Amino acid sequence: MAEKVLTWLDERLGLRGIYNTVFDRKVPKVNWWFTLGSASLFLFAMQAVTGIFLSVYYVPSPDHAYDSIQYIMNGVAFGWLLRGIHHWGASLMVIFVFAHMLRTFFYAAYKYPREVTWITGVVLLLATLGMGFTGYLLPWNQKAYWATTVGTEIAGTVPFIGSFITNVLRGGSDLSAVTLARFFAVHIWFLPAVIGLMIGVHMYLIIRLGISKIPSQDE
Amino acid sequence: MAGTPNLSRNEFVKVTVGVLGTVMGVVVGIPAIAYLLSPALKTQAADAWVALGPLENYPVGEPTLFTFTRTKVNGWEKTVNSYGVYVYRPSESEVTAYSNVCTHLSCRVNWKDDVQEYVCPCHDAHFDINGAVVSGPPPRPMDQFETKVEEGNLFILFTE
Repeated sequence: MAEKVLTWLDERLGLRGIYNTVFDRKVPKVNWWFTLGSASLFLFAMQAVTGIFLSVYYVPSPDHAYDSIQYIMNGVAFGWLLRGIHHWGASLMVIFVFAHMLRTFFYAAYKYPREVTWITGVVLLLATLGMGFTGYLLPWNQKAYWATTVGTEIAGTVPFIGSFITNVLRGGSDLSAVTLARFFAVHIWFLPAVIGLMIGVHMYLIIRLGISKIPSQDE
Repeated sequence: MAGTPNLSRNEFVKVTVGVLGTVMGVVVGIPAIAYLLSPALKTQAADAWVALGPLENYPVGEPTLFTFTRTKVNGWEKTVNSYGVYVYRPSESEVTAYSNVCTHLSCRVNWKDDVQEYVCPCHDAHFDINGAVVSGPPPRPMDQFETKVEEGNLFILFTE
């Protein structure tokens, strides 16, 4: 029965073709370092799911941000678990994406014909750091407030346009409700959209080009 | 299958991914459902005797509205809700108290002196002076509160 349903769907959707293209690819003999990309993808999915759940109760306003998180931690069943996964997953994702970049660099996997894969990877690394930076403000506690004060101040050290950049990041000259609202918007809409799109391109290229083998000594 | 010497690498990976995926899905999925439902499952006991002031403030034979507010904690915030009670004294010795919440869909009813009926503005429900349905969609008469008089002061047992 299940086989019949699957065949019916496959005739119309070409599911087996997708499965074979995506999963039954020929790969060279590689090692555990080549799992970092999949690990990063898994962590992104985890962050997306837990983030969506956190947004059920979180309110991005100076009046409510801190209290709504206290409520998530103490008032709601398993809120501590979902926020805990999001918190630790964020740190892990930065580590894994960075390690994935190092592996690609040291195995010279960024070379022809994979330059575009590398460039989308650079965007993904920067977007991941952007997620870390914007997410850090959202708890609206002392650490969040002063870390963002310092972070936006550092952005202001750019010659000539520094103070303009700081004001754009803060949405004004001070860290305020406007800052919290725009960091939230960037954290849940802008950057996830960029990351989703870039992951799409990144994976298309991996499937199209295959992964590179470990370079031999005389290469 | 698992345990047999003929298990291929491919099959092993598929089984492992399936098992680990299920375990992770359950470990995160069940708490996630509880997370979404938990505010709905908390009930706050709201029964309390509410003082409505001296009984002599309420004229005999004419429903009189008394309004009050009660505070509840919802999530991380205090919510102040307003409530209205129509006190009606059929005679010197009797006192009744009706909730002004319409039994149809919870709009607030008003006492109309000219027609001597409670009228709900939302769907044109009419109740008589004793709370019985005269016309319109309500499924039952107006809700009543238990009353008591202590030292000339009127109280109602407020329930939700």
